[in-house]
Amino acid sequence: MREFGYRRAHDVHGAVALLAAEPEARLLGGGTNLVDLMKTGVERPALLIDVQDLPLDRIEVTQDGGLRIGATVTNSALAADPEVRRRYPALAQAVLSGASGQLRNMATVGGNLLQRTRCGYFTDPAAACNKRVPGAGCPAIEGEHHNHAILGASGHCVAVHPSDMGVALAAFDAVVGYETADGPGELPLAEFYLPVGDTPHLETALPSGALITGLRLPPAPVAAVSRYRKVRERASYAFAIGSLAAALDVHDGTVREVRLAFGAVASRPWRARTAERVLTGGPASAEAFAAAADAELAAAEALPHNGYKVTLMRNLVVALLTELTEEAAR
Amino acid sequence: MTTTTTGTTAVTGAVGAAHTRLEGLAKVTGAARYAGEIPFAELAHGWLVLSTIARGRIRAVESAPVLAMPGVLAVLHHGNAPRVDGNYTGPLGAPDPVVQVFQHDRVPYAGWPVALVVAETPEQAREAAETLVVRYDQEPHEVAFAAGHPDRYTPENSPQSPAETEKGDLAAELAASAVVVDAQYTTPEEHHHPLEPHAAMARWDGGRLEVVDSNQGSRFVAEELANLFSLDPASVRVRSEHVGGGFGSKALRPHQVLATMAATVLQRPVRVVLTRRQMFSVVGYRSPTAQRIRLGADADGRLRAFDHQGESVTSTVREFIERSADMGRVMYDAAAHHTVNRVVRLDVPTPSWMRAPGEAPGSFALESALDELAEKCGLDPIALRARNEPAAGPVSGLPFSSRKLLACFQEGARRFGWADRDPRPGRRRDGRWLLGTGTAAAHFAARAAPSTASVTAEADGDFIVRIAAADIGTGARTALTLIAADALEVTPERIRMRIADSDFGPAMIAGGSMGTRSWAWAVTAAARELREQLALGGGIPPQGITVRSDTTAAIAALAQKERHAFGAQFAEVAVDVTSGEVRVRRMLGIFAAGRIVNPLTARSQFIGGMTWGLSMALHEEAVRDRASGAPVGADLAGYHVAAHADVPPIEADWVDDPDEDDPVGIKGIGEIGIVGGAAAIANAVWHATGVRHRDLPIRPDRVLLAGGGDRAAG
Amino acid sequence: MAPPTSSAVTLRINGEKHTLPVDHRTTLLDALREQLDLTGTKKGCDQGQCGACTVLLDGRRAVSCLQLAVAAEGREITTIEGVADGERLHPVQQAFLDLDGYQCGYCTPGQICSALAVIEEHAAGWPSAVTADVRPEAGVPALTADEIRERMSGNLCRCGAYVSIVQAVARAAGAAGAPVVPRQGTGPGDAGAPADGEAAA
Repeated sequence: MREFGYRRAHDVHGAVALLAAEPEARLLGGGTNLVDLMKTGVERPALLIDVQDLPLDRIEVTQDGGLRIGATVTNSALAADPEVRRRYPALAQAVLSGASGQLRNMATVGGNLLQRTRCGYFTDPAAACNKRVPGAGCPAIEGEHHNHAILGASGHCVAVHPSDMGVALAAFDAVVGYETADGPGELPLAEFYLPVGDTPHLETALPSGALITGLRLPPAPVAAVSRYRKVRERASYAFAIGSLAAALDVHDGTVREVRLAFGAVASRPWRARTAERVLTGGPASAEAFAAAADAELAAAEALPHNGYKVTLMRNLVVALLTELTEEAAR
Repeated sequence: MTTTTTGTTAVTGAVGAAHTRLEGLAKVTGAARYAGEIPFAELAHGWLVLSTIARGRIRAVESAPVLAMPGVLAVLHHGNAPRVDGNYTGPLGAPDPVVQVFQHDRVPYAGWPVALVVAETPEQAREAAETLVVRYDQEPHEVAFAAGHPDRYTPENSPQSPAETEKGDLAAELAASAVVVDAQYTTPEEHHHPLEPHAAMARWDGGRLEVVDSNQGSRFVAEELANLFSLDPASVRVRSEHVGGGFGSKALRPHQVLATMAATVLQRPVRVVLTRRQMFSVVGYRSPTAQRIRLGADADGRLRAFDHQGESVTSTVREFIERSADMGRVMYDAAAHHTVNRVVRLDVPTPSWMRAPGEAPGSFALESALDELAEKCGLDPIALRARNEPAAGPVSGLPFSSRKLLACFQEGARRFGWADRDPRPGRRRDGRWLLGTGTAAAHFAARAAPSTASVTAEADGDFIVRIAAADIGTGARTALTLIAADALEVTPERIRMRIADSDFGPAMIAGGSMGTRSWAWAVTAAARELREQLALGGGIPPQGITVRSDTTAAIAALAQKERHAFGAQFAEVAVDVTSGEVRVRRMLGIFAAGRIVNPLTARSQFIGGMTWGLSMALHEEAVRDRASGAPVGADLAGYHVAAHADVPPIEADWVDDPDEDDPVGIKGIGEIGIVGGAAAIANAVWHATGVRHRDLPIRPDRVLLAGGGDRAAG
Repeated sequence: MAPPTSSAVTLRINGEKHTLPVDHRTTLLDALREQLDLTGTKKGCDQGQCGACTVLLDGRRAVSCLQLAVAAEGREITTIEGVADGERLHPVQQAFLDLDGYQCGYCTPGQICSALAVIEEHAAGWPSAVTADVRPEAGVPALTADEIRERMSGNLCRCGAYVSIVQAVARAAGAAGAPVVPRQGTGPGDAGAPADGEAAA
């Protein structure tokens, strides 16, 4: 870890000004990802701008019945918030299924969005990695990739995004708010993460020098019946090998509205819009759920050791939507 | 579960009664200091640099720019390090070449130590180590292990532990068998990962080398360091008061040697602590195994043919054999009986002893195969084992000192509710979960090794016991106190137990399930003799009365027998074949493992071993990248060990089985808990789903792709 | 001009103020262990992957290995050394000692600090990943063995002392007044075992 300067910001404009002045600066939230990456040598900032004291730690119900979530709200606070749990239960579940109690107390909403992949080649500076060093190559494609992407990957990078929270946020059309020296801006989550293409080192559409100030969750009555299900290689304290956020509104056996987002299958939380389209207006049956999953997964491109994810996601869609159908009937 | 133990040993003294750990208060308050936690004035910090290539030569270590960095004191490497002499044979054989650090420019595998940066602070040392440029001439390497590797070979037989044993006509007996199982099993590379990373501080103090270390045997480490550095053994002192787990990984490792080298060069105290990532490369690991088992039996399940062929990996610099095929030499007899442990040399770190070496992977394969045979014969798995109980050692022909395997199965079956089990797979369901139960046998050798101890009667009426034992979490400190109290016929409060100091004399390491037994023997011998002396009357002088013991002769005089602990493992699992998730719902282990000194800590140790069995069955797997030869995901997020949420209620208990030739009746309990655990779980997964999983770990992707359940559940 | 790479910080630890110079790279864990001689907080992985370094920050559990010391200024820090009330052990500590909730002891301070927080978090009504219904209307889940296991999962124990750790946490939580359900099968991990392991010990 190289030596670095440290400044604690006390207001958003101060933080943005500091960020603008030092191109090698990084924002320090909970530090749960950044400090780890600094220890392994993946990140080598010259300056850390500590944002823990910024007044961005509130969760508010908006006029229209959505939520506004500050960027420094911790994962724990987000998951414990009664309005989150009532209006978007899958979001609370997603957050609770990530990391550990200790890490959720430290990690922030803003930092979670910017979490880097856990690909073992990315986290080891001795290995080649296009995300760390553009053009260096991607050993995962020929090597260890059993937890790598099946959707939206490229020949340059097959890493997956590790966030659970982000999967639920994708399902609920979250909008990311940010501040730059030129003023505030917003990015829908669907546009927040960039396609991998041949630039896996460019991960988000955030303008340079931007500070994430928070999230807006539009009202989504469908979210009241929602769940998050995560499959991993131990029962807790592990990253997903496949996860699903689902919300369902069924009336008289017909799907009125459905939200589906996949985790651990792509470089970003994967909103399954094709599956949603196939389901909407149709029957809420196991066959329909499976057909919708198949439609979404038709685009999957598996490597030799991660093809199981196609089966896994299909099964999760059927299982979770079946559960939600039963829940809605109660 | 209740605490009542089905034993009949009269519990009249301290031994056999539950006693909380003597160091418990220090451990729950944070006061217990481990090796890296003792302050020294002028302490400098060493940071290890490992090779990033898997084979080749070091061309240059560019230390000049690093030496100019803030706080950097030295960069040690093959060009400037003190010389060491590894040409000796210690109690564990010749030293692993990885401890002969910086003696040449060859790199035999990725993760080979190439430099040590020493600085005033750990932060400075780390940054300098990351900055250090090492240049290599790289050569092609091979790290991929698979069954039937063309370069595999059968190591030379040694009289104590032959690589291969053979009797009878295997082909003929297999041909004559009504039922044959022929299956291939694999287990992956597994790592010890004690929670406390390896740490050592070395300094020269009044002409003596003093090392504060985390190890499984302070005397052993002291003698090895004396050998390596050509020092008078009396001039080396190693202490390791508290040890944060070892599991076989904490013998002599590079950190003690590096700290000694740096302290010698700098003439100030130096501490070297390994990082978790470095632990993947320099402290040993359990080799992956590929095992083929062939069992031939009559229709009633009686074995005619037994063949267990194990293959494992070793490095190019040292031969280490993971003896996975040994278990059948003790467990099962047949007219034709063949076992062999083959190895292949690859460009990988040398594997080493890891909790129940050989038996842990071997029992997964063998006890899975027995379950497959039971299925094919239409026999209950316990009945199959009962039918194949040997009268004597299947290979040695020697009598068993005691063999209470069936008593363990009987008691276990009763408590687990085995009698109610529907043997057909895939019959029980709970929501999305298919349920199944499985069982497996366990054994581990009961051995002892020479040790010395001293016991001093103090003028104030207390007794001081000194022995170079190690308490790596086993509860040895407490157990030895209870043993000393009984031998001296006083209460445990009168005993002051001193351990983990090489100055206390030769003693067995904490390993091979032999530590507590070996030390207890020495402590008992000294204490009994002291009690006899005191019984003669006369006062105690101010310096006390000290009696020393040495068990070398007594242990050498033990009659040749098959001496083992035995056990029966039971597991119930829930499997969701649509997600691939496997959850263990409960485990039960019943053991016949000698006299239990401290039921409280012994139960913890058995359960700990069983938890390892669970972790091995479902989680543990280190991955090596074929192209680079280096580990991938080398951290505790990439290498999963079982977490709280994975571990269900686990019960362990025992049947009475004191060893008649041991002064205390001990056999040893450190490792048997893991043996058979993974097989019991794999057998339960078969019972739940109807699908055999012969490759560990039983990962979700494997379960998902193997399917099952639907056929049988219908 | 490059900004300074070290600072003088004042840390409040176990109710006491300590002013010390810190390299900005120094984590709270290393400051405790190397500079303040508070070695009860353990370094198991140094990457937030084992929980051995768990401390309480403003009453909430956190891994001190990923907490920079300089950023901990202004926070109330409690380490294992501050858990007991003088000579009197905290009920969680006593339960670990009595029920043998450890073996080598290296993960123990982290487990205990985490357990303190688990009891608090549960009392505050926080759900967990195994809480069947997270909606506030569903009420506070009972602190079953499954709930304890999930909430304690950020603390690895390589010796495999989980069974008795869960029993110890259940005992201490019960003593603290948490609704501990004696028998409840809530999932695949819970085969109807007593949440309070007393009966099982």
